[in-house]
Parts: sequence; C-alpha cells; structure tokens
Amino acid sequence: MWNRIYALFVARNTEFFRDRSALAWSVLLPVLIIIGFAYAFTEENPEKFKVALIASSQNSIANEQFKSTRFVKFIEVSDIESSLPKIERHQVDLLFDTNTRNYWVNQTSPNGYIVEKLLIAAFADSDQVLKQNLLQGDAVRYLDWVIPGVIAMNMMWGALFGIGYVIVRYRKMGVLKRLRATPVTPVEFLTAQIMSRLWLLLVVNVLIYIGMDYFVGFRMIGSYLDLFIVFTLGCICLICCGLVIAARISSEEVANGLLNLISWPMMFLSGIWFSLEGAHPWMQKIALILPLTHVTDAAREIMIDGAGLMQIADHLLVLGLSSVVLLAIGARIFRWE
Amino acid sequence: MSVILQVSSLVKRFGDLTAVNEVSLEIRAGTCFGLLGPNGAGKTTTIELMEGIKTPDQGNILYQGEPLGAQFRNEAGIMFQNTALQEFVTVREMLVQFSRFYPRTADIDQLVEEYSLGEFLHQDTRQLSGGQKQRLLLALSLINLPKILFLDEPTTGLDPQSRRNLWERVQQVKAKGTTILLTTHYMEEAYELCDEIAIMDHGRIIAHDAPDVLLARHFDDVVVQIDENDIPPRVGGPEFDATYRNGNAHIVTEDVNRTIEKLLSLGVPLDRLRIRARDLEDLFLELTGKELRA
Repeated sequence: MWNRIYALFVARNTEFFRDRSALAWSVLLPVLIIIGFAYAFTEENPEKFKVALIASSQNSIANEQFKSTRFVKFIEVSDIESSLPKIERHQVDLLFDTNTRNYWVNQTSPNGYIVEKLLIAAFADSDQVLKQNLLQGDAVRYLDWVIPGVIAMNMMWGALFGIGYVIVRYRKMGVLKRLRATPVTPVEFLTAQIMSRLWLLLVVNVLIYIGMDYFVGFRMIGSYLDLFIVFTLGCICLICCGLVIAARISSEEVANGLLNLISWPMMFLSGIWFSLEGAHPWMQKIALILPLTHVTDAAREIMIDGAGLMQIADHLLVLGLSSVVLLAIGARIFRWE
Repeated sequence: MSVILQVSSLVKRFGDLTAVNEVSLEIRAGTCFGLLGPNGAGKTTTIELMEGIKTPDQGNILYQGEPLGAQFRNEAGIMFQNTALQEFVTVREMLVQFSRFYPRTADIDQLVEEYSLGEFLHQDTRQLSGGQKQRLLLALSLINLPKILFLDEPTTGLDPQSRRNLWERVQQVKAKGTTILLTTHYMEEAYELCDEIAIMDHGRIIAHDAPDVLLARHFDDVVVQIDENDIPPRVGGPEFDATYRNGNAHIVTEDVNRTIEKLLSLGVPLDRLRIRARDLEDLFLELTGKELRA
C-alpha cells in the first residue's frame, strides 16, 4: 500500500515541479503578497513618534517648545478616554493634556520612554509641574493582526485549487481511469494527493512566513511548534474540502466555479481582513463553520497572545473533526470516472 | 484448456440505450480472443465490463472462478482505447511509477528493450508520436506480468507500419502464453491475431468461433474480383451478377471456371482479375447487412 502511495506521491511532486507555469504562479503569488505588505507597512514618514495632545487656550513657552520638536507627529484629540487604548496598543506614544499637564505613557513602549524624556526636557526650565500616568499593554499593530490571516488565506488557495483542480483534470484526461485499472485504491490515491499537496504547501508557507518576517516583521510570542501544528491541521482540513469538491466533477469549469464559490466567502467571512465583532449574528455563525476562521483565530491567539495548545483546543478540535468528516465524505463519494 | 475469464448474461444500459445485451463468453487461458464489430456495437463497453472498469446492470464476471477482486487487479494488464498519460513525466518515470503499484513486476530494462522504448525513454509523455505512445501503453499494461491482457482497439489511428509493428509485439506477448482479449474493427487484425472471435452488433454477439471455422460455416464460395472500369457498360448494372465496392466488382461464385468463361465470353479483360477467399468483412456484411467500417 505505502509503495503505491509513494509512487503516486513522487509522480505528483515531479509533475508539480516540472509544470513551470503552475510552479511560477504558486511562488509568485506569495512573493506578491510579501511585496505588497512590505510596501504597505513600511513607514516612509520621518515622523517617528506620535503624540496626542489635548489643546489648551493659553499657550505656555514650554508647551510651544515641546510642540516644536522635529520628527514628532502631534495629533490633536478632544478626549482622554478614547485615546488611552491607543497608548496601550502602542499606536500613539504619549498623550498630553496641555491644560492639566497630565500625561499618559505606556511603560513597556520604547518610543513612549523617549518622547517622555523630550517632554520633561521641554518643561525643565518651567515652573509648571508635569503629572505622570502610567499605562500598560503590548503593541499590536494591524499588521500583526492581519498576518496570520494572510498566511492562512494563501494556504486556502493552494489547498483548494491545488487539490481540486488537479484531481478534476486527472479525471477529465483519463489519468484516473488508467489508475483504476491498477491495484491502486481511492484511499491510496487520495492519501498520496493529500501528502504531496500538504508538504508543498507547508514549505511554501514557511518560506512566506520567513520572507514576511524579514521584510516587514511582525509579532510572534507563542510557540513555533504550536503554530506549525495549527497550520498543518488547517492545511489538511482545507485540502479535504478540495477533495470533496473534486470527488465527482469531471469538468474544470464546474470545478473552478465551485472552488470560487467556497473560497471567496471564506476570504471575507473568516475575519482575515477585519474583525467580525459587531458583525451581524448570522455572519458570525457562518464564520464558525468555515475552517479558515479557526485556522486564523488559532494562529492569532498563538502569535499575538502567546496562547498554548490547550487554549486553542476548541479550534484544533473543530479542524480535526472536520478533516475526518470531509475525508470520509470525499473517499466515499469519490469516482474514478 | 481451462477457462480464465467467464462472463454470463451481461447487460449494461445507458438510459434508454442497451449497450450490452445478454452477452455471455468464455475466454480460454492462453488464447487470443477478438471482439469484432463496427463503431457503436458495444465492444468497448463489453471489454470495460470485463475489465471491472464499469459495473454491469446484470450478469456475472468470474476470473478463475472468482468475482473480480484484488487478485484480478494484480494479474490483469489493461490498455484502453484512449489514455491520457500523466503530463510532465518521462517514459521511464512512468514505467517506474506503475511498477510500484504491483507486487510482481517485469524487469523495466527488459520491457524497454522488447518494446523499443529506448529512443524516447527520457522524453516527456506529451512528446510521443501515436505509435510510440501505443508501445508505451502496451509496455505499461505488461508491467505486472499479466496473465490476461485486455487491448481495446490497440491500433486505431496508427499508420500501417506502426500497426504491423504493434501486431508483432502482441504476437510476442501471445507466444509467452498470456491470454489476450482484444477489440477491433479491423477484420485483418482479428484474423492476424485471434484464435477465436465474437462478432458484435447492437450490443449482442451474433457469431462466435475460430475465424476459419466461422468462414467455412457461412461460405462455400469464393469471390472473383475485377476492376469496375474493366466491365463494359452494356454488361454493367443489375443484370451483371456482382456487388460493387471500393471501385471493384465482386462476383461471388461456387464455380470459378464457369465464371471466368462467362467473363471471357463477354470480352472482359482479365489482366486485373483477382480470386480471393471470403473474409471476415464479407462475413460481417452477410450477418448484419452492413459494412464493418461504414
């Protein structure tokens, strides 16, 4: 059995690497994603620091001196409450109320520390007294939040189309019919396809991860092994989705339509680009049945919050169970012709 | 001789069409059995039922007395009518891949040698010519040293030279004692290769025996063939007892001497005259009222 699986595995890999156009595409797409992100999240703005100010009617010299500091972007805000979370997430380095001379700074933020020194220096010759308010919280940028979803999304395209399209093409061409005339069983054939696609996708995703980390850099405080487990399980689950779609269809056009029909909703309902908090309840319910939601959420919890496997057990359970169910359905309804 | 494959009362329907209608056959071990018939007669459906590729609506198929199972898969070699090969893979890689599917396999180098695959061994399967592809497919179907080999129209679409070449390969396989079941619409191919033939039309078997036995049973006459243009216009047409096919007049006779005397008396030139025995093409025409390759 393993001999047959191995033979099919090798054949599929060979085909993948020799099919230049498909190979180019599967490398190019991730590269484009990395370039896009590197471009979108590279600060060209020389204003390194951001300070939020509550404006006052009477201007003091010290105030003016502080506000004339170069390379600091001053943003006027109207209330304190709404600005505090931004300090906590390091989106703003310091909040200064020019009326009461209260200032808020995040003690874990390096930028906050530097801006605080500048503020104190500006008021050194003044008799006005500054009042320090300390806040806490780790920096989470949109980039950090969106990266897990982007990796998961790239995996989804590769899994659904890489499996679905290939099997449908094999069926249409008659490659499957020829295999049927050999002792190869559907389970052996499908196992080989899953394994081939799985390792290729994992390698590509590891490369994307390294590439993005090098060019843009993002937050990852959890365990790499846990993250790898989440992506592997997610990958298997998405591949199994592709298997179910490809189980019977013999027209590439129909397969293409169906694959798009499930991948695009997944793109937008799995909370990759924006949080679904506050979205319509039925949208949130739909999101829960999509494998991509669980991959993205689990990866976020590991990367952003440093969650362990126990904390994401529910996501892993959903992914594992769906994989088993989808694989069973796929193997059951599979047709060689 | 023992029966290696036995089918009884096979029926296969596609919607309203009964493609295979109550077909029963016994294939004896070591023989070459030919399923002959025009396009659409149900040959391919029948052979695919016997290969286990399609499931019959009714009837039984027994391989060495057992229903088709794992043993059959391991011991059967199959060459389909149209097979697309996996792309981006070389001929040699294809052979290696298929050899991994089976517990008992032929030596790949020997197969390459016997089926002359050496000259394109490292080419992508997409670059093969029709004849090369058929040779590869034949080699692939023999990779598991099959006891029974199924060939579905193995030479359709090949040029005469490639066809003859493939026939020689099939003869080699047969000489080793492999049972062969083949379908064809070339009566010459059936005559050349088969020990036994069954003629199919409209999903039924209408005649079944050794080719010579069939011919002897149905015919005790020969055909005198003359070029159509050699017959003077005044003796042409219905009053002249002949059928016209492919530019020739075919005169069926039990007494060649009398026919030739008659032709001489009519002043027909005999330079291009040919006398031939009745062939499977005639038999088919006789049995169905239509030509094999119509």
